[in-house]
Amino acid sequence: MVWSDRIAAGSAFLAAVIAGFVLPDWMISLATIAFANGLVVLGLIVMWRAGLVSFGQALYYCMGGYAVALIGRWGGVTDALLLVLLGGLSAAGVAFVVGFLLARYREIFFAMLSLALSMILYGLLVKTESLGSTDGLNVTAPTFLGYAPHQEELLVALYFLVLVVCATAALLISAYFRSLAGALAIPVRDNELRVEFMGMSVSRLIHTKLVISGLLAGTGGALVALAIGHVDPNMSYWTTSGEFVFITILAGAGSVGAAFIGSLAFESVRSFAFTMLPQLWQMLLGSVLLLTILFLPQGLGSLIQRLHWGRKAKAP
Amino acid sequence: MNSPILSVRNLGKRFGLLFAARDITVSIPVQQTVGVIGANGAGKTTFINMITGHLRPTNGTIHFEGRDITGLPCRQIKGMGISRSFQVAQIFPSLTVFENMCTAAAIGRAPHTFIGHVCTPLRSRESVVEAETLLELFQIAPYRDRLAATLPQGIRKLLDIGMALAGSPRLLLLDEPTSGISIEEKFSLMQVIMSALNSRKCTVLFVEHDMDIIEGFAERVLAFYDGTVIADGTPAATLADPRVQTLISGPKVRCAVGAAAHV
Ligand SMILES: Nc1ncnc2c1ncn2[C@@H]1O[C@H](COP(=O)(O)OP(=O)(O)OP(=O)(O)O)[C@@H](O)[C@H]1O
Ligand SMILES: [Mg+2]
Repeated sequence: MVWSDRIAAGSAFLAAVIAGFVLPDWMISLATIAFANGLVVLGLIVMWRAGLVSFGQALYYCMGGYAVALIGRWGGVTDALLLVLLGGLSAAGVAFVVGFLLARYREIFFAMLSLALSMILYGLLVKTESLGSTDGLNVTAPTFLGYAPHQEELLVALYFLVLVVCATAALLISAYFRSLAGALAIPVRDNELRVEFMGMSVSRLIHTKLVISGLLAGTGGALVALAIGHVDPNMSYWTTSGEFVFITILAGAGSVGAAFIGSLAFESVRSFAFTMLPQLWQMLLGSVLLLTILFLPQGLGSLIQRLHWGRKAKAP
Repeated sequence: MNSPILSVRNLGKRFGLLFAARDITVSIPVQQTVGVIGANGAGKTTFINMITGHLRPTNGTIHFEGRDITGLPCRQIKGMGISRSFQVAQIFPSLTVFENMCTAAAIGRAPHTFIGHVCTPLRSRESVVEAETLLELFQIAPYRDRLAATLPQGIRKLLDIGMALAGSPRLLLLDEPTSGISIEEKFSLMQVIMSALNSRKCTVLFVEHDMDIIEGFAERVLAFYDGTVIADGTPAATLADPRVQTLISGPKVRCAVGAAAHV
C-alpha cells in the first residue's frame, strides 16, 4: 500500500471509531448494518475482478446468520466474536463444497446457478418447522469476552465489533489483491487459456475466490443476525442477493474501501427514501443506480481514485 | 551437441478419421534452434500442442530431459521447463505491458503450491526486476505503460514471447512468431527474438512459413506434410529436398516477392 492510502484508511477507521461515541443510536445501528453488508459486497468485489457476478450471495449470508442463531440456541455459545467466526466458517464450508460445481461455470450460467443454490436454501428453510419456517428464529443477545451489555450499550458494542471485523477483513483482502493468487483475477477474466499455459490452475484460483467471498458473506450475515437479533428465510431470498449486486455496482470494484463506502451510501439513501417517500423509495433507489451506471461506471470508489490522481498530477 | 533435451517417438494424434499427426520421431539436442515448415493444416500446431500438454497424443511418447511427459497436463509441463508462444498472441488486454510481464515473471518464480500463490506478492522485487529485464531484452520497454489491448501487432508478438520466456524455460516452442507481420518487419522482429532467446541459452523450436527466415535463423529444419515429418536436416539440405520443394516451399518461394528476384 502507498503511504497516502494507509493514512486515508487509518483516518477513515479513526473517524468511524469516534462516530461510535458521538452519533445518535439510529445512525449507529444503520452504520452497523451497512458495514456488515459491506463485507458481503467485498466478497462480490473479489469475484467481480475475475469477471464473475454471483446472484446467490444470500446463500452464504443466510448460512452465517442461521449458524449464529442455531449455535447460540443449541450450543449455548454467547461470545459474539466466536459466533461471528463460526458463522463465517460455516458459510465458507458451504462455499467450499458448492465451489466444486460453481468453479466450472462462467457468466450468466454462474450467476443463475448461484441464484438457484440460494433459492434451494430458501425453500428448505421455509419448509422446516423446527427452524422456525417463515417466521425464522430469534438470536440471543451476545456477550463480549464475558461482558454482557444491554440496549444502547449492546448497540455500541456491536458497532465496534463490526468495525474491528471489517478493518481486519479490509487489511487481509487488500493483501490478497496484492498477492499473485489475488492479482491473477484480471488475467483470468482476460484470458484463461494463457493463465493455464503459464502453469496456474484457473479453476483452483476461482474456487479460492468463491470460498473467500463465502467467508465474507457469512461473516456479514452473522454480524447482521447479532445486530438485528433475528434471522428469517428472506436472508436467502434472491432479492437479497440482488441488493448486494446493486451495492457492488454502486461501489465499484476499484478498491477495498469502496465496498464499505458504497454500502453506507446505499443504506443511507434507502433509509432517507423510506422515511421521506414511503411509496416511492424503490423508484428513488432505481434512479440512483441508473445515474451511477451512466455517470460513474466504475462506481463511487472511482471518485476516491480521481481525487488521488488529481493529487498525483499536481506533484512535480 | 550432446544428449537430447526433447525426444519424441512415434507420436500420433487422430481427430475422428483425420490423422493430424502420425509417426513423428524427432530428437532435439540442447540449445539447438529448430525451424518447422509445412503447408497449412500439415500438423505443426498439433505437434506443439502435444508437447506442451494441450492435446493428449493418441499414440507415441514424449521425453523431456529424460523424463516421460506424455499426456501430462500443460500446467505440470510448464513447471518442468517447457514454455510456448502462440500463433495468435495470447496476452492480457486489460493489463499494461509491464503488468503482463510482471504477472508472467511472478508465476515463474512462485513456489508451485497453493499457499505459495497466496503468500507471494505479485510485485516482489525479484519479479519486477525480471519483468524489466525481459522488457529491455525484447526491446519493448518504451511500451511499458501502454495497455496491451492497444499494442501494434509486432509488439504483441514480442510481449507474448517475452512472457513465455519468464520463469527461464529450457525449451521454448514458438508457433509462427512472425505471423501477421509485414514482410519488411519480419526479419528484424526475428532478430530481436532470437538474440533474446540465445542470451538465455534456450533450446528453440519455431514454426515459420517464410523460407528466408528459416534459412536465416534455423540450424536445422523439420518439414511437415500431412501430419508427419518428410525431411529433417540442415536448412540447405531440407530446402533442397525435391519432396519439400514440390510439396511445401515451391509455391511459397514463387509467392514471396523478395525471394523471386533471387531465384
Ligand atoms: N481440435 C481439433 N479437432 C479436429 N481437427 C483438428 C483439431 N486441431 C487441428 N485439427 C486438424 O488437424 C490438422 C492439422 O492442424 P494444425 O493446426 O496442426 O495445422 P498447422 O500445420 O498448424 O497449420 P497452419 O499453418 O494453418 O497453422 C488440420 O487438418 C486441422 O483441421
Ligand atoms: Mg498452426
